Amino acid sequence: MSLIDRRPGLRVGLLLTPPMLWLGVAYLGALAALLIASLWTQNDFTGTIERSWTLENFKTLFTVEVYRTITLRTIGIAALVTVVDAVLAFPIALYMAKVASPRMQRILVISVLTPLWASYLVKAYAWRGMLSADGPIAWVAAPFGLHTPGYGLPAVTITLAYLWLPYMILPVYAGLERLPDSLFEASADLGAGAWTTLRRVVVPMAFPAIVAGSIFTFSLSMGDYIAVKIVGGTSQLLGNVVYDNQGAANNLPFAAAVATVPIVVMLAYLAAVRRTGALENL
Amino acid sequence: MATAISVRGLSKHFGEVRAVDGLDLDIADGEFFSMLGPSGSGKTTVLRLIAGFEEPTAGRIMLGGEDVTRRPPFARDVNTVFQDYAIFPHLSVRQNVEYGLRVKKVPGAERRRRADEALATVRLEGYAERRPHQLSGGQRQRVALARALVNRPQVLLLDEPLGALDLKLRREMQIELKEIQRDVGITFVFVTHDQEEALTMSDRIAVFNEGRIEQLASPVELYERPASAFVAGFVGSSNLLEGDVARDLVGDPGPFVIRPEKLQLLAEDPHLPGGIAAAGVVREVVYLGASTMSVVELDAGPTVTVSHQNSDTSIDAAVERRDQRVVVSWRRDHLVSLGSPDPAASPEEETA
Repeated sequence: MSLIDRRPGLRVGLLLTPPMLWLGVAYLGALAALLIASLWTQNDFTGTIERSWTLENFKTLFTVEVYRTITLRTIGIAALVTVVDAVLAFPIALYMAKVASPRMQRILVISVLTPLWASYLVKAYAWRGMLSADGPIAWVAAPFGLHTPGYGLPAVTITLAYLWLPYMILPVYAGLERLPDSLFEASADLGAGAWTTLRRVVVPMAFPAIVAGSIFTFSLSMGDYIAVKIVGGTSQLLGNVVYDNQGAANNLPFAAAVATVPIVVMLAYLAAVRRTGALENL
Repeated sequence: MATAISVRGLSKHFGEVRAVDGLDLDIADGEFFSMLGPSGSGKTTVLRLIAGFEEPTAGRIMLGGEDVTRRPPFARDVNTVFQDYAIFPHLSVRQNVEYGLRVKKVPGAERRRRADEALATVRLEGYAERRPHQLSGGQRQRVALARALVNRPQVLLLDEPLGALDLKLRREMQIELKEIQRDVGITFVFVTHDQEEALTMSDRIAVFNEGRIEQLASPVELYERPASAFVAGFVGSSNLLEGDVARDLVGDPGPFVIRPEKLQLLAEDPHLPGGIAAAGVVREVVYLGASTMSVVELDAGPTVTVSHQNSDTSIDAAVERRDQRVVVSWRRDHLVSLGSPDPAASPEEETA
């Protein structure tokens, strides 16, 4: 018998080392590097990075009005996208999980997943076309005396809600599918109509799954900068500030400081939702 | 006695499958009524039709004289205890029990009082604030019962509620359920595949087979006078005598059934007046604790099972009889005639 057969601990160790290295070095290591970089500074004249410790970047971030506005705007958009996705996803997921025939269920799961295969850019540009002054939305809205929302924050919200909707539908669908039908029947049996059952049984029981989905929609929205560039007009989100600083301005330390904001917001959000049991639903 | 449930011409077809086929049934007020049958016999479908979870293909359902056939479950004065209990996991025991009252907008104080009362009925005082996941299977079963009873329905429907409990707990709950039913005076409609459970608790039992009622009778009548070979085989075990064998032994082609405990194993023919005796060889002796079962191959052809109580140490004698020649003797009036032979019905051994 070889050494590896006699020592189960060794076998598990060998099996787990590569993925743990990936997680530790490539993933958490990169984040650590980012945090360290945010504590450095840039020489205003030469543009080179000076590796001396300073909180200057964070001070700028919190004191300059425009960054505060952008931070709040980003959180607001991410929250709005999450709410829109939850409201859209719940009835779809409920239909998929509890009403549709098994065949229809498969078709719906596939059609929810299919948009994920298309490139992000294609989808964002598709919405640019949809929202343009002579695009389909303008065309449909014109007879009612309405206009396309054009490019700006509403367009960003619509586009992001569209992009992340599958990430909300799938966990909610999985959560609802797990609920035994007898719970619905028991509620009806005890005198509750469909609406009461929805409010008192289905939504409370699906809530952890909705929160699980919101972790995706919220964090993906917090970090996005491409959709804003394509359909956001002149509006800026945190992602754009990061992108502009590390690209055009080449101020990597400040970009890193800005990038920690979504991370901190997400950690706070995760800490809050941990109490709902949503993390067991992921 | 008034009729609680009345069913006429009730059918439920799932595609080609006739789960329930032209059923007529009357259940009296305050009755403990059991629907017994193997899985797939349609008993649960009948229960779900009465509760309103399924819509019948044809037929009518009357509840206390009112036609409820097309009414949704929430508009019927019945409550169900589900096989998996269907306790709401996000609510406490009290909130579960109060659910029906809350939905019907019963004021808070009364709600609380009635929930306490219902929890006391099922002996769960002090568990009101627990969460369902903190309860054992038996306790969950009681919560499901309290949640249904608290609404004081005309009829309580129970879908194999004891199926998930272990044998000892199940026996206790059988007696307790019967007591609760007597105390609250509500009509119980109880679905089970366990014949012992049905015999223990019921006032009347309907034996289901392939979507139809094979026999509807009191437990004693069902056991002592089974109407068909199916019932004789499903409720308890029985020996079937038919055709030439029956003609030789009884003088009539039958078919006849006789219960194993009505047969006697003897060394020689006792020549009893009104008795019948058949010679055979003991092929198997099975010790069952309280009783012993011997399988005898009769010279006339069929194999019969003989059961006798182990009231003395005769077990040694019984075991020694293996492969010995014996005489099986019984009283003629213990034979149950099933009337004319029916080739379609075959006894099915399914004892729990």
